[in-house]
Amino acid sequence: MADVFDRVKNIIVERLDVDESKVTEAASFKDDLEADSLDVVELVMELEDEFDMEISDEEAEKINTVGDAVNYINSTQ
Amino acid sequence: MLNGKAALVTGASRGIGKAIALELAKQGANVVVNYAGSKDKAEAVVDEIKQLGQEAVAVQANVSSADEVKALIKETIDQFGSVDILVNNAGITRDNLLMRMKEEEFDDVIETNLKGVYNCIKGVTRQMMKQRAGKIINVASIVGVTGNPGQTNYVAAKAGVIGMTKSVAKELATRHINVNAVAPGFIATDMTDELSDEAKQQMYDLIPLGRLGDPEDVAKVVRFLASSDADYLTGQTLHVDGGMVM
Repeated sequence: MADVFDRVKNIIVERLDVDESKVTEAASFKDDLEADSLDVVELVMELEDEFDMEISDEEAEKINTVGDAVNYINSTQ
Repeated sequence: MLNGKAALVTGASRGIGKAIALELAKQGANVVVNYAGSKDKAEAVVDEIKQLGQEAVAVQANVSSADEVKALIKETIDQFGSVDILVNNAGITRDNLLMRMKEEEFDDVIETNLKGVYNCIKGVTRQMMKQRAGKIINVASIVGVTGNPGQTNYVAAKAGVIGMTKSVAKELATRHINVNAVAPGFIATDMTDELSDEAKQQMYDLIPLGRLGDPEDVAKVVRFLASSDADYLTGQTLHVDGGMVM
């Protein structure tokens, strides 16, 4: 199985239609990947499905960068 | 028109909700008939829909409870694989003059008629966003536009629903989810049957089209809003009131 970062990256590339090279751990969804707030909500939904987990609204609000998402997922696996 | 669409209608065991459930089924939708207390009546609606050749199931849930709504929506998706149409119809009245209205009477109506709509919309949004399609229709009331003495709680809730319709329509428009409301006027029900001829005449004088509405008058407009004919309509409140409020 691909590692968490790659799986997250694939979802982001597909959902936000951005170039793979822009998806780094430091990339901010809103500032660097041109996601609006609804896009981020949808991304979190897809991550929940991909990793078969539930991310609470409180935790979801703290996810601002790709690294935040990866770290959160790693912390629960 | 709605062939194979999955519809969830809240408060569908009688009155306007029942008419909506039947109308959607006539157009080919499969329907979850939600009810709070009237199980037998809900089952009767389910039987009627099955006779029309569509699938239907009665599911109990009080819309004011977020947990019960979650279960209701899960049941809908388990049954039909999607939620294409949500009709927020469930509502109660606890009429009283403001000076006499108890806090509990105010809260009960807001919890069911306003928060219930929020619960149900929030509950279906995840599925509809994934589908990139969905129709949400809220049953408001003309008194939510005009006000009505003795119904401070009900009017506040219905006006709230009209505002919520606009906000959610804006939030979800990019995901091709249409959110609209209908505002019924005087609709013939058991309640209006009992009015005196004089009271009825006074009512007719307010209605340019000169008659009370039927639940089916409302149901047909909801059916239109639920169909692809209304794809370019969102955030609107259609007055189904015989021209009473323009």
